Amino acid sequence: MKIDRRSMLRSLLAVAATLAFPKILFAARADKAFEATTSDEAIAELLGAVPTASDKVHMKIPDIAENGAVVPVTVSTDLEDVESISVVVDNNPTPLAASFDMSPKTVAVISVRIKMGQSSIVRAIVKAGGNLYSTSKEVKVTIGGCGG
Amino acid sequence: MDRRDFLWMLGSASAAGMFAGCTSAGLRSDPYAAAPFGNARILHFTDCHAQLMPIYFREPNVNIGVAGAKGRPPHLVGEQLLSQLRMNGGEREAHAFTYLNFEAAARQFGRVGGFAHLKTLVEQQRTEVGDGNSLLLDGGDTWQGSATSLWTRGQDMVDACNLLGVDVMTGHWEFTYRDEEVLQNIERFNGEFVAQNVRVSEEALFDGAAAFDEDSGHAFKPYTIREMGERRVAIIGQAFPYTPIANPGRFIPDWSFGIRDGEMQEMVDHIRATEQPDAVIVLSHNGMDVDVKMASRVTGVDAILGGHTHDGVPEPLLIENSGGKTLVTNAGSNGKFLAVLDLDIGKGKINDYRYRLLPVFSNLLPAHSEMQQFITDVRAPYKAQLEEPLAVAESLLYRRGNFNGTFDQVICDALLEVGDAEISLSPGFRWGTSVLPGDVVTMERLMDQTAMTYPETYVRDMAGSELKLILESVADNLFHTDPYYQQGGDMVRLGGLNFTCDPTAKMDERISDLTLDNGKSVEASKNYKVAGWATVGSQSTGAPVWDVVAEYLKAKKTIKVDKVNTPKLRNVAGNPGLSDYSGIVES
Amino acid sequence: MGKPIKIRAKLKGDIAEVKALLPHDMESGMRRDPDSGELVAAHYITDVTIEHNGEQVLVAYWGTAVSKNPYIAFSIKGAAVGDVIKVSWTDNKSDTSETETTLK
Repeated sequence: MKIDRRSMLRSLLAVAATLAFPKILFAARADKAFEATTSDEAIAELLGAVPTASDKVHMKIPDIAENGAVVPVTVSTDLEDVESISVVVDNNPTPLAASFDMSPKTVAVISVRIKMGQSSIVRAIVKAGGNLYSTSKEVKVTIGGCGG
Repeated sequence: MDRRDFLWMLGSASAAGMFAGCTSAGLRSDPYAAAPFGNARILHFTDCHAQLMPIYFREPNVNIGVAGAKGRPPHLVGEQLLSQLRMNGGEREAHAFTYLNFEAAARQFGRVGGFAHLKTLVEQQRTEVGDGNSLLLDGGDTWQGSATSLWTRGQDMVDACNLLGVDVMTGHWEFTYRDEEVLQNIERFNGEFVAQNVRVSEEALFDGAAAFDEDSGHAFKPYTIREMGERRVAIIGQAFPYTPIANPGRFIPDWSFGIRDGEMQEMVDHIRATEQPDAVIVLSHNGMDVDVKMASRVTGVDAILGGHTHDGVPEPLLIENSGGKTLVTNAGSNGKFLAVLDLDIGKGKINDYRYRLLPVFSNLLPAHSEMQQFITDVRAPYKAQLEEPLAVAESLLYRRGNFNGTFDQVICDALLEVGDAEISLSPGFRWGTSVLPGDVVTMERLMDQTAMTYPETYVRDMAGSELKLILESVADNLFHTDPYYQQGGDMVRLGGLNFTCDPTAKMDERISDLTLDNGKSVEASKNYKVAGWATVGSQSTGAPVWDVVAEYLKAKKTIKVDKVNTPKLRNVAGNPGLSDYSGIVES
Repeated sequence: MGKPIKIRAKLKGDIAEVKALLPHDMESGMRRDPDSGELVAAHYITDVTIEHNGEQVLVAYWGTAVSKNPYIAFSIKGAAVGDVIKVSWTDNKSDTSETETTLK
């Protein structure tokens, strides 16, 4: 029931958006991608292809997390026609953390904060002009405290 | 000669001979004087750890560099440091920069540092170049490390730095006081506190927390521009990036740190584009290996004047990046050194430089009377506590080194005995002074090792697997091949526990053969009674560690350290950062 | 109704820089209650929608790994004084919250 209602709300929103501004269409949440337990699976489910590494995708994220429960990440890109930006944490139980559907009206910069249970590769994936581009970085989650 | 050797030899070729000849009797009347050079003098000290009085400080005999850092300054100790850096300043210089022959040399050359002596040297160096042509920079770790700094919540050091004439500072242990105390001390400080990499958290900004710039989130002024005659020098602050990880975040909940080298590049570009600087200097508390990496990635910085890792590196490294070259220095600790960077600054660029890292020998520098009076006055209310005798040292007591020091062994032994534990843990701090055999260990010397705002001890059960995880995590903070993942402290010190360490291995593979002092192997699933102190995550409930160690010392009356728990080392035989190791090095 | 959203927006030229804090527990479903030892049921924001003068310009889809009290920052092009920016969310229990701000 819950899901139904949510889907319905979403459809209504989508319909309303389509009516008012026919050019911008947002898809529904890819629930299966969020349930996937590997990065590859999540990316395939969400985006349908394998991204290529690109120096035009930029990710600001700490090398060592101050708090694994709150890891700030900012993704930006120099690419044109950005359709979506996604953040994936390889070693999380469900790696897909967040995905943002962009429009021509948004600047291609997004900040969000994610949870990391342990040290992991974090990936930022940008869909632009129908193609997938990515960058990645190791983020360390440590017990800390014995140094200084 | 590989490319790396060549790069730092370029640096040494243009540096003036520091302290050369000062021990050749009568050759030079003033070892601190140098031929005039350039048009701007930058004075820099760092990590004084609140040592207002002259002290002894033994440099390490273990400072291992791995991967790209192997054998590169600062990862050179003893004879390796002297020979590879071609130092020829005699025994006094060797004593200043190495652990060699420490006890005898300490007796011969006397104590080092002390703000009254440092003040005399600073005044001399500033007078030499005339008014308005010098700056005094403090790299931080200034408000913590002594009894009086703790008892005055850093205020004695703020006042001392005002008297010393510090122009600009950044910080690390400064942030182990509560946030409102940090802000009060900065208010009390006559110079400027700069840090580009400290941001106010999003929650705090929404709740209206104070920030230097609400828009950018900078908690403090990120940089300052100082004019020296016609020349404009930008000083960008870089606080210790991992403060809320290495130290308790609970004292500073609204502030977030990080290396933020992307933001550093944006800051440098912004300053170069809008401020017409003739020189751009980063005042850094990154630690030297992190500074070297940052210098290779960030363009447009003329010099990174560094600290944190307490490395007395006599000459700058000259690091190449895509935009040019950047000098990287590290200026030691405990008030033992004053760095002098003389610059010939042209329009928008530095033409040439000279660098000297001057050891502050208190016997060679008369005490500055006003500073001496200030120090006497600030210590007066605490005199009896400071001078309380606890025991007599029968061994040399020191801390610094990658794995253990004799003073840390005393702390670990005290934790074991007083806590009736099987194993003890003590953090791998790099501050803490040295005590010569025959000298009294006073409360002041004990506080030099322990004075901090989270001194509470604990005794609790830990599984063998948990101990292994702690050792692996700390070893990774020390020996990760990428310095951006290091935190710049040393290995956690152990009582009652022994292990084998391979610094060159990966995370989870460096530590093996955990064994108790009685020879029994540590079992992953078995619980052990562990005593320790300085917990970062939450406040422990036991007595402050100085009470525990004082009780132990008073009962012992004399302290002789026969054995230190230091690991068997693997895959580092011949490493130039390892010499006279007291444990086993597998060949 | 979910907790109120906090929003701050600043106009720089024709770019609206927006920061929003969305108070929410963001329970992953994998955390155990420290007292009972029971798993705490998953409860997290799944969809965030950003509208500029009624037009959807950005939709965020979140999983359980977005931090408690989520924060989001983004920028919108072609904005002007008087424009309305609206942020709304829906969670997996169909709770919702929304707020809007007028650019100054």
